[in-house]
Amino acid sequence: MAEPFLSIQHVRKSYGSNTVVQDFSLDVEPGEFVSFLGPSGCGKTTVLRMVAGFEEPSAGKIVVAGKDITRLKPNQRNVGMVFQAYALFPNLTVAQNIAFGLKVAGMPKADADKRVAEMLEMIKLPQMADRYPYQLSGGQQQRIALARAIAPKPKLLLLDEPLSALDAKVRVSLREEIRSIQKKLGITTIFVTHDQEEALSISDRIAVMYGGKAEQVATPFEIYNRPATKFVANFVGTLNVLEGKVTDAASGKVQVNTQEVSLKGKLNGSKSGDTLSLALRPEAISLDRQPGHDTSLSGEIAEVHFLGSVIRVRVGIGGNTVSLDTFNNSATPPPVVGEKADISFSSGDMLVLH
Amino acid sequence: MKSGKFWAWVVFIVGAAYFFIPLMATVEFSLRMRRGVHSFDAYQIVLGDARFQSTFLYSVIAAIFTIVLGVLIVVPAAYWIRLRLPQLRPIVEFITLLPLVIPAIVIVFGYIRMYGSNSPLPFLGSNMGANALLVIGYATLSLPYMYRAVDTGLRTIDVRTLTEAAQILGAGWSTIIGRVILPNVLIAVLSGAFLTFAIVIGEFTMASLLNRPAFGPYLQNIGANRAYEPAALAIIAFAITWGCMSLIQILSRFAPKSANRPN
Repeated sequence: MAEPFLSIQHVRKSYGSNTVVQDFSLDVEPGEFVSFLGPSGCGKTTVLRMVAGFEEPSAGKIVVAGKDITRLKPNQRNVGMVFQAYALFPNLTVAQNIAFGLKVAGMPKADADKRVAEMLEMIKLPQMADRYPYQLSGGQQQRIALARAIAPKPKLLLLDEPLSALDAKVRVSLREEIRSIQKKLGITTIFVTHDQEEALSISDRIAVMYGGKAEQVATPFEIYNRPATKFVANFVGTLNVLEGKVTDAASGKVQVNTQEVSLKGKLNGSKSGDTLSLALRPEAISLDRQPGHDTSLSGEIAEVHFLGSVIRVRVGIGGNTVSLDTFNNSATPPPVVGEKADISFSSGDMLVLH
Repeated sequence: MKSGKFWAWVVFIVGAAYFFIPLMATVEFSLRMRRGVHSFDAYQIVLGDARFQSTFLYSVIAAIFTIVLGVLIVVPAAYWIRLRLPQLRPIVEFITLLPLVIPAIVIVFGYIRMYGSNSPLPFLGSNMGANALLVIGYATLSLPYMYRAVDTGLRTIDVRTLTEAAQILGAGWSTIIGRVILPNVLIAVLSGAFLTFAIVIGEFTMASLLNRPAFGPYLQNIGANRAYEPAALAIIAFAITWGCMSLIQILSRFAPKSANRPN
């Protein structure tokens, strides 16, 4: 395996008796785009700030390109960062903002001007050079902030919830733009977000964080389809959780309400009589039996929500409720609340949460 | 007219009369030096007086030094408190208010005892030392205004994020303060500077007790011995103060606008 470009090794951060990051380790490959995803207070921003140098780890070390940067000041790290609040300098024009890092580094004016022009072309705002930040929209300001961060050619790019302050439409277009620029430049990037859709859509890998620890570090596909912990399964995407009881551990039989499900090879050391949490994504369930679906459960339609192209149906199965989505079909009316219904799924899609 | 509006106008007119009638009376009296006609004789005498020119120049120079000293102390202190020590803010605010509570005469007597010619720090043993002590005293007197002006300026910008943005781009502390923080609070600093200027120009107690040839003692001296010139001087001092206030208003229009706004 190639040497990681960024290596965060057993990093811990405490404020007095309050530990906000516990033994966090992560290796990031050159050019990789890794997202830290988690709820507020999970420690994702603290890890990012330790990589930037704004916080000093209580233990552990951070290595970039083979060099230990743990004790270096932020201005000695050659790292670019984009902040949630844009953080453009209000007294400087767009061009002066982008040139700030170049000027600090002592780049000759002609070269700096050329680089600023390149950056403005890259973010498709060449006509904005002489504007002040207050004359720009939020999306434009954040693109300028991105250009400013990239202009000095940093080794690493850190994005601290850069899209959170923007409206939904700008958010989607800007995240695509960020990803395309990152791919074009091949710059190793850490992206902090609490928005799972954002993380799933643009990351090479995601570190899902909770309680100061990485619960799972994997590709978006893995995170969504094979969550390693109950927290990851619940936090990423919509999940149906059914409580079941192991009736025969050897043959993988689990009882859900009064019905039986076969989960051979998935029980991982559970004994007969153990209770389990079983999870199913809504898109893995159908109201009618589909090819490949080997398991069915009977229940009753509890709720029906017509969402346009999709109909979200909630089916009560004993004490459990299962959500599933079906596509709207003008020839078929939606199910009716109170109707008996059989749901079907492949037992292979069912996750046993630990 | 609604009764609320009527009483608002009454209050405004009474307030304006309270302010303008003595001012107009002073202006009128200052023009009466020549018997039977209005003239600017009192102004000509005052402005032509060598002591007016020298004391005014002395106070202007003292004000400039006071402003520089105040900016050097207050800007880094207020910045650092906002950035790293916000828990100290109430204490620092209390300290900066002390000059409003402790009379200048108490401060200056303290100085005389502490920095007399026989003390380990004999500021009062030389003219230069006494001038320096006067500037230090003025910086203390202007602290409540200077600190509040700068702190208000800092409140309008996101000090922490701007500092971090500059740091991550490679900037050191001098660049951050000189190129990012100071330009964004410059108008606030200038407001504090003009308030300081207005205070220093008219200050009497410190300058008199430290025996400095400042404008305040000159005003008092003229007031005690002449009839029409003090009125002319009062109007000149008033014009200078109001000129400073107007400059604050004009300059505040050029303040850098906040970049934070919705899409």
